[in-house]
Amino acid sequence: MPEIRNYTLNFGPQHPSAHGVLRLVLEMDGEVIERSDPHIGLLHRGTEKLAETKPYNQSIPYMDRLDYVSMMQNEHAYVLAVEKLLGIEAPIRAQYIRTMFDEITRILNHMMWLGTHALDIGAMTVFLYCFREREDLMDCYEAVSGARMHAAYYRVGGVYRDLPDEMPRFAASDLKRDKSELDRLNENRQGSLLDFIEDFTDRFPGCVDEYETLLTENRIWKQRTVGIGVVTADRAKALGFTGPMLRGSGVEWDLRKKQPYAAYDKVDFDIPVGLNGDCYDRYLVRVEEIRQSNRIIRQCVDWLRENPGPVMVENHKIAPPKRAAMKSDMEGLIHHFKLFSEGYCTPPGEVYAAVEASKGEFGVYIISDGANKPYRLKLRAPGFAHLMAMDEMAKGHMLADVVALIGTMDVVFGEIDR
Amino acid sequence: MSATAMITPEQRVAKLVDALKTAFEEKGYTIEQDFGEVTMTVPREDLLDTLFELYGQAPVFGFEQLIDLCGVDYSTYGQVEWETNSASSTGFGRGVNRDAEIDAQKADRFAVVYHLLSIENNVRLRVKSYLDSEQPIVGSVISVWPVADWFEREAFDLYGILFEGHPDLRRILTDYGFVGHPFRKDFPLSGHLEMRYDPEKGRVIYEPVSIESRTLVPRVIRDDNRYMNEESN
Repeated sequence: MPEIRNYTLNFGPQHPSAHGVLRLVLEMDGEVIERSDPHIGLLHRGTEKLAETKPYNQSIPYMDRLDYVSMMQNEHAYVLAVEKLLGIEAPIRAQYIRTMFDEITRILNHMMWLGTHALDIGAMTVFLYCFREREDLMDCYEAVSGARMHAAYYRVGGVYRDLPDEMPRFAASDLKRDKSELDRLNENRQGSLLDFIEDFTDRFPGCVDEYETLLTENRIWKQRTVGIGVVTADRAKALGFTGPMLRGSGVEWDLRKKQPYAAYDKVDFDIPVGLNGDCYDRYLVRVEEIRQSNRIIRQCVDWLRENPGPVMVENHKIAPPKRAAMKSDMEGLIHHFKLFSEGYCTPPGEVYAAVEASKGEFGVYIISDGANKPYRLKLRAPGFAHLMAMDEMAKGHMLADVVALIGTMDVVFGEIDR
Repeated sequence: MSATAMITPEQRVAKLVDALKTAFEEKGYTIEQDFGEVTMTVPREDLLDTLFELYGQAPVFGFEQLIDLCGVDYSTYGQVEWETNSASSTGFGRGVNRDAEIDAQKADRFAVVYHLLSIENNVRLRVKSYLDSEQPIVGSVISVWPVADWFEREAFDLYGILFEGHPDLRRILTDYGFVGHPFRKDFPLSGHLEMRYDPEKGRVIYEPVSIESRTLVPRVIRDDNRYMNEESN
């Protein structure tokens, strides 16, 4: 009789379906998972400690690099926390721009999630489709901030600048010499950024239909996701789930509705909720969220067209003065110098601000002692709590299901390791 | 939609403060309301009982979710690297005071902060408890909120706060074999060790750090009237 014993399997940190640098130590009984122990921290950069040594404004770019597929939402939580501390509020146009870009970011994130999740489970095409649409949205990021990903566009007191009147176009290059090809690429880039986004919202629902055609009724997709990683509503709450992970289990909880920020109380949208709390329901929830995001973006576009106005507070202790004022006006010069060298001091106290990020509740907790730098900054990453549930969700499943679970959790190590 | 959706956030917070006062005021806990948020400071001995009560008493509190748990090191709270207050009487100091004194033995050096969320009542609460530096030990809340598992490991890893009753209090974010608690204020930003590949030895080696910490922007606290008025409004 051969001796039968459990063995330990090392999964990652260098594995394509580990979504970054996850090291999973799996204790297996045959092909069944007995215990899983995620080892995290391989991407720990000490963002919170770094922020303690920097003036408030200089930490904004660090926020992009937390959850590096939903960049602007992280910035949003941070600037909301600092604004709460300072007792200021961004102008209404900035609130709408933030709402619009939060939803663009949500689509970006969910496209990435859908593409990689499907790729992990064996569907190649979805990945290519998703990245096609992501490209257009990244162009929107680039148009407002100059960066395709790490935008640093949201600032304390508003957003860095107003939306551009002209959408950047493709120029002829060695690779794109054909004029008709260029014209085709630039066809929807003839107007402003808002025109481009509007055009996107018109064709995007059709794209989502394409993804759904490939997956929703797909036999293999359902075999890999239905009944996998079931979490009940009570358990999801206890495990600290937020966002689509919580809604997939049937809890109707969305900060955009329940504790609205920015312009979410002024736009119309629905919260999708799952029934069974398995990977398939979470997939359905996220896909419906994409459609709802598209709806919100469209409403914001319509509003932004009609309502020009300032996008930054006028208080030059917090927001830099206009370039012209800085060159001609002594006050402006001093403000500019003080703001970019020393920054601004906040009143002492502690605040917690949270946004409904694509993955769940992304929170920023700041303790200030009245200085120009935070005394303590704590980032509450949704993925941290979700990944912790790995052990519980994977128990009794097969090894191949671990990949489906990593996919459904939508883990990104920038935010988990911070 | 329950009745809670009809009332404003301010009313919800006021209701919570009333409930907290009825339940805990006689025990002498401080209940503060600031920036629209509620903070309750609880002595360490009563912390677990209080948290369990906040979790359990369903319609009144019912904090089913522990959103966040973190440690704080208060040893340099309020210290500055650049004096701005005495500038007018003694002239303007341009030197940066880099050697901030760290009172490692401070009585209430550490704190654990719990951020609770009640989905039913749609309200948040912050519970805070100070710990001394000699024995920063506090009870674990895993039995009630399993999510606390990793949060407590993180607070242990970064601050050295111990959680009694935690089944597996290992380091979580730092490297295997890491020494020290990096988020404590007496731990330098650059760390103590750096690593590189040594081609002669043919392996990765650890050495003391060779870079010197710099302060690019000094830490200042400005509480002159102009700033006070502007920011308290």
